[in-house]
Amino acid sequence: MGQNVPDQAARPADASDDDVAGEAYFDAVIAQDSRIEPRDWMPAAYRKTLLRQVSQHAHSEIIGMQPEANWITRAPSLKRKSILMAKVQDEAGHGLYLYSAAETLGMSRDEMTEQLIAGKARYSSIFNYPTVSWADMGAIGWLVDGAAICNQVPLCRASYGPYGRAMVRICKEESFHQRQGFEILLELANGTPGQKQMAQDAINRWYAPSLMMFGPPDDDSPNSKQSMAWNIKRFSNDELRSRFVGMIAEQVKVLGLTLPDPEVRFNDETQKWEHGPLDWDEFKDVLAGRGPCNAQRMERRRAAHEDGAWVREAATAYQAKQAAKQRARMEVAA
Amino acid sequence: MIPTGSQPSQARVGSLAVGAPEQSASATRITPGNALRPEDIALAAARGAAKPSQDVAEYALRLGDDGLILAQRLGHWISRAPELEEDVALGNIGLDQLGHARSFLTYAGSAWGKTEDDLAYFRREHEFRSAHLFEQPNGDFAVTIARQFVASHYQFELYRRLVHSTDETLAAIAAKAVKEVDYHRDHSVQWVLRLAGGTDESRRRMIAGLALIWPYVGELFVDDALTARLGDAAVVPSTLRADFDAVTGAVLAEAELDVPAVPPAVGGGREGRHSEHLGPLLAEMQVLAREFPGASW
Amino acid sequence: MSEEAKEPMDSTTPARTDTDQVAAAPADGGGWALWEVFVRSSRGLSHVHAGSLHAPDAAMALRNARDLYTRRNEGVSIWVVPADAIAASDPDAKGSFFESPQGKDYRHATYYTKSEGVKHL
Repeated sequence: MGQNVPDQAARPADASDDDVAGEAYFDAVIAQDSRIEPRDWMPAAYRKTLLRQVSQHAHSEIIGMQPEANWITRAPSLKRKSILMAKVQDEAGHGLYLYSAAETLGMSRDEMTEQLIAGKARYSSIFNYPTVSWADMGAIGWLVDGAAICNQVPLCRASYGPYGRAMVRICKEESFHQRQGFEILLELANGTPGQKQMAQDAINRWYAPSLMMFGPPDDDSPNSKQSMAWNIKRFSNDELRSRFVGMIAEQVKVLGLTLPDPEVRFNDETQKWEHGPLDWDEFKDVLAGRGPCNAQRMERRRAAHEDGAWVREAATAYQAKQAAKQRARMEVAA
Repeated sequence: MIPTGSQPSQARVGSLAVGAPEQSASATRITPGNALRPEDIALAAARGAAKPSQDVAEYALRLGDDGLILAQRLGHWISRAPELEEDVALGNIGLDQLGHARSFLTYAGSAWGKTEDDLAYFRREHEFRSAHLFEQPNGDFAVTIARQFVASHYQFELYRRLVHSTDETLAAIAAKAVKEVDYHRDHSVQWVLRLAGGTDESRRRMIAGLALIWPYVGELFVDDALTARLGDAAVVPSTLRADFDAVTGAVLAEAELDVPAVPPAVGGGREGRHSEHLGPLLAEMQVLAREFPGASW
Repeated sequence: MSEEAKEPMDSTTPARTDTDQVAAAPADGGGWALWEVFVRSSRGLSHVHAGSLHAPDAAMALRNARDLYTRRNEGVSIWVVPADAIAASDPDAKGSFFESPQGKDYRHATYYTKSEGVKHL
């Protein structure tokens, strides 16, 4: 408990004996596959890696609200409108859980938000693609949330306690996200020819970006090895991607639709699912800010934060005034 | 694939039969709960167990449209709120309103062989029965809070009386809604106090927001032939006014705000005469459904 | 927030979260202070730490906790505590702080093996 108890500030340079003892303890905890907690000693690089990963994950949840929020007001039935509102709202909650976990590493949510709207922080590049049809709500739920869940289930066992606990809560809540997406596509696939075409078109557009959510290929992912040694990551990017391809290759048959990749197959020799080549240049372009919606997403986040400043300040000022009043009452009473 | 710990098979059989108590404390145990849903009303209507009269259906349409239009407005806030916690709070309120709307519209539609979606997506503007208050644009956060302040206090006074309706379904929907709307009252009160007593800017905006919204208060309490005919099945709007004024007045006094001295707007929403704001709202809400008439989603 | 379900049927006073609790939790800078949330999942069980959130004061912290941590019926009661009001044991002293109970197995029933198998003992 008390995960966010303010951590000790950076250690003085002369604390090297403590560092040695701390490192030994840290290594032992990792070796036992136990959990590191906020006030434990941890290597600076471990803290930095986690802070980057958890804050990026939080930013992704928050930016990821936008492409779906785009359709809340146009959802084609009231039931779908309820589901979509609940889902986008969940994503705000998930961002919030993750920001809280990241805060235990010593950076405030305000600082992380500042980094995000200053363009200094990254988030999952998939949210820089536009949602142009209702079927995109289905494809995002099925493919994007599906890929996210593949990534997140192993993260429930991440060595950093607050991150793992946030992921447990998120995974529980997200269990409906993928299903509702699949059911949107199923309805469309069984609907009019126009609806079916809408569903296929969405799958065609979201398939490759969702595969790229697992990150670069293993031989081009320099940080993965260290993350796995620290028990933050449990499986490599390619391992998880292959597992995901296997799942959706079967599921797409239930939809009566196809994946836009003729090279998807199960390799009997390696016992792994394979897929066609992915356009990693596009991935890097979108990540670097040259995607279709990067500027739009950032602007929306910045506007919400800045437009809300006067509200946050008002509540803070009110609290200060009430506290002062209460102090005055107590002094009179005393 | 992911253990959820929920017990959907046991969840809807009554609160006293929801299985054995759990063995250990948990902060993430989740359950679907147990309450009246629009699907239950549709089922009851299909079985012939609940069939509203024409008048009751017309009345349910009014209440449903109020909730639907407000939910449509609140839905726009998600991803745009002043803080993430408020995204979640406004989302909850919007979902509550949408839930009430779906129940009322499902019930109303059962009189005419129409579904909630037929009514939401395929009526024209003059066929909607929402009051102008609910159609007002979100404005800044203070305008939204002012609208919530009026809407939630009106709905609370209405629903806490409607639980005694002689129409069982209206009473049941009101019984679920009144508890949720009570919470919406609290949300708006907390924010009226904070914005009014926060900074100079927030106070200025709160005063401006109330002034913008208050002209639409009067319409909520206008009686007409329908409410007169319905008798004890409905609530006579004018009977709510005194309590509404007392409770909102007390909050405004605590916030050191005056009740806005603005002339009431003409209204007419209950007869299908709407503000300029409803048309664009409906155009956006209905566009996709109308592109594919008869489609299933 | 009271643990008893509140009947919202009386409108003579506005229903609201208790504003006497508007105190404590100074915000750092412009942002809202951090609160820790504890949820009782059902009657008879302890409150368990659920997570954290930001709020300007206790009343809003309770509201936000309700909206955030009980969206799926997770709880019947909530506590919120300013994060900086929690005193925690020193992680660097974990060895000595928690050493004493180690080895005192006579505090546990399993230590008493000779009486094993005796009924109702």
